[in-house]
Amino acid sequence: MQPFDAIVVEHGQVVMRVCRALLGPVEADDAWSETFLAALRAYPDLRPGSNVRGWLVTIAHNKAIDQIRARLRVPVPAGELPERLSGGEPGPEPADSELQSALGALPPKQRGAVVYRYLADLPYAEVAALLECSQAAARRSAADGIARLRRHYGKEPS
Amino acid sequence: MNSPPRGTPPNPRADRQFVDDLTGAVDDAALARLRARLAEQADTDDLLDVAYRTMDSPVGPLLLAATPTGLVRVAFECENHDEVLVELSTAISPRVLRSSRRVDDVARQIDEYFAGGRRLFEVPVDLQLSKGFRRAVLTHLLEIPYGVTESYTAVARSAGNPKAVRAAGSACATNPIPLVVPCHRVVRTDGTYGQYRGGPAAKHMLLTLEASGGHPRTPGLGR
Repeated sequence: MQPFDAIVVEHGQVVMRVCRALLGPVEADDAWSETFLAALRAYPDLRPGSNVRGWLVTIAHNKAIDQIRARLRVPVPAGELPERLSGGEPGPEPADSELQSALGALPPKQRGAVVYRYLADLPYAEVAALLECSQAAARRSAADGIARLRRHYGKEPS
Repeated sequence: MNSPPRGTPPNPRADRQFVDDLTGAVDDAALARLRARLAEQADTDDLLDVAYRTMDSPVGPLLLAATPTGLVRVAFECENHDEVLVELSTAISPRVLRSSRRVDDVARQIDEYFAGGRRLFEVPVDLQLSKGFRRAVLTHLLEIPYGVTESYTAVARSAGNPKAVRAAGSACATNPIPLVVPCHRVVRTDGTYGQYRGGPAAKHMLLTLEASGGHPRTPGLGR
């Protein structure tokens, strides 16, 4: 079995990008740490041959949902309740949060589909399982999300 | 809800590149900080079964690995550190993380040893990688003082089986904690060095260092 450290080295980057895409740069650090701590706990029981990246992204997905739920329990003025998966607020953002503003504008399902399909490189079957929808719906959400991002960022496929 | 145009043929590779460009990489310093924090949290939660770090030394880069019990492995570069970590993962636990805290004290003592200022290692050791007679041999090795050598025959006798000279030799040759468990102080009756995990040059260097009382004329591996 691979030492867990090798798992962190190989997948730390992609899990961080997923966490940032789901939660924004500030909360992503905690989600990353909680994801890898939970993974470390469960790692000895992971079945050999498992898709480690898919496994980690699933844990990150659940941690992100936990954080969003926790955040929503914090009382905020009704008008400011975040309607998107990420609660990123409008206004000046740190320089490295282009992703946050780019993906933050997408509806939750599209954002999830884009992140899990294109950032985490998961097959549509796993994307669909994470988003609790059909594969066809996951595929459509990813395509819609990409199209929307391309309209915003003016890049067409070459 | 208006649907996006469906005119463009799907191009997953270009789409992946597009999202990749849009999101940007996470810088190494941020990841290193998170890794260090993870190791600390793991230690607090009793999930850090094997902590390791590497260090430079006159006998080349060393890998130091410790369990909560103590130092469990010292590995030379010629053993391939990545392979050693896989062995530890299989033999002890896959919960292996790079983390200085548990092994920094050992590293400091090894530095002092090579600088000539330390003759005795004061660190807890975990001998779980050796069983039975081999373990008895290693336990005895801890009693051989700095600068003193002993024959494989004498070691076999002290470990409780005078006939097991060959087994004493292989216990030394497979010592998981070289340097700190001083298998380099065991030599053949004819005075030649015998096998060493770090190679004959490393064994020669350590014996020269100790024979000079910690002040070798030519530091480093030499020839």
